Amino acid sequence: MAKVKHEGQWYGLDEDESVLDGLLRHGVSVPNSCRAGACQSCLMRAERGEVPAKAQVGLKETLTARDYFLACMCRPEGELEVAGAGAELRVPARITTLEKLSDSVLCVRLRPESDFEYRPGQYVSLLRQDGLARSYSLASLRQEESLELHVRRVAGGHMSGWLFDEARRGDVLDLQGPAGDCFYVPGRPEQPLLLAGTGTGLAPLYGIARDALAQGHTGPIWLFHGAVEASGLYLVDELRGVQSRHTCFQYRPSVLRGPERVGVSTGALEALIEQTCPRLAGWRAFLCGNPDTVLSLRKKLFLAGLSLKDIHADAFLPSTPRPKVGAGAMAGAPDPSR
Amino acid sequence: MSNDVAGQKRSVYEQIGGEPAMGAAVELFYRKVLSDERISHFFEDVDMERQAAKQKAFLTMVCGGPSAYTGKDMRKGHAHLVKQGLNDMHFNAVAEHLSATLTELGVARPLVDQVLAIAASARADVLNR
Repeated sequence: MAKVKHEGQWYGLDEDESVLDGLLRHGVSVPNSCRAGACQSCLMRAERGEVPAKAQVGLKETLTARDYFLACMCRPEGELEVAGAGAELRVPARITTLEKLSDSVLCVRLRPESDFEYRPGQYVSLLRQDGLARSYSLASLRQEESLELHVRRVAGGHMSGWLFDEARRGDVLDLQGPAGDCFYVPGRPEQPLLLAGTGTGLAPLYGIARDALAQGHTGPIWLFHGAVEASGLYLVDELRGVQSRHTCFQYRPSVLRGPERVGVSTGALEALIEQTCPRLAGWRAFLCGNPDTVLSLRKKLFLAGLSLKDIHADAFLPSTPRPKVGAGAMAGAPDPSR
Repeated sequence: MSNDVAGQKRSVYEQIGGEPAMGAAVELFYRKVLSDERISHFFEDVDMERQAAKQKAFLTMVCGGPSAYTGKDMRKGHAHLVKQGLNDMHFNAVAEHLSATLTELGVARPLVDQVLAIAASARADVLNR
């Protein structure tokens, strides 16, 4: 039987149970969020024993070389001695502003208390002092003093509820990461870019678009932001401002339903993209937000002639509650797609 | 390697440009199978990179390139698809797309035929007969 040792105590794992589920079942506190190998909140380090390769997929080499792994994806064969990802991987950050961008989206700005390297569009795990963890994408540019995250209010959401209602300027959280490869890489400044996202999928796209412009991108940049209804659109004036300052940048907000509004299209995001940009072969694409939309768009764009290496997709996985019984409950979880 | 194709000194894989050629072929091939309703469901995968890597390994094998595939692997790897109804019709459709992909890349007919012969020799293993 597989066993895990944590802080001097051995815990048995059920068949096919992950290290994360096993530890949580025994009452050990481990930060976690998506439970599908994507958000990297449940990062742990192996002190002894064999870590399955699957538990290190998507981790940077600097982490795998030091035997870090994702507890939610780790189903060890034998005995494994583990430690929580300690302070060495975390950077404390202080909330500098909390600003509502719409009824349901909060802009959280944080100033890291030491160096924090990242690319706009990557994501970080945000850890509250009690260990609650959620991951958010970075909308800010590196030259800005604060990190910018867009937090959507989730009904019953622990982190979003706390950030909306209780968090105050000056509160300190920990950052872990960043992770993800949805970011702008300079080198082909004339290549047209397609940025498409739903909801707070706008956060990474907002960062990527401004990053591309700041790095001297000259080719067309199209940003499509889709929402269910008009209340889901935000940063509309800011993006129109970017459009008026940069002739290569085009902003296209859209809603699925609701009354006609000037400058906002009605209909499905995919159809709008197809209509507006009919010939996409040779483009580079960044897709963020709702997993169904992101995965379906990625397939469409690939079939339209984009190379897989030019499609950067970041499907936002919801945080997943802990299963009531240890084993088997992860079977339905989607594969991470990063 | 392609020593099973009689009298062939260099594999098709080498003749058409090796690994970079496989990289170009895999996206063309993947688009074709994903657009073909007869077989697209066998190729749907949330992780498109992983799926593309599998197909690249397949293309490399049938072109006689470096491949770790054995008949046993082919059987095991397709057993769950055979349970889902994978049959000769699907196999033929994939072979069609393979042929069209190579032709589109400018591979000469005799070489395409060699590749199809290697693919055909895998039929029994793929269909678990």
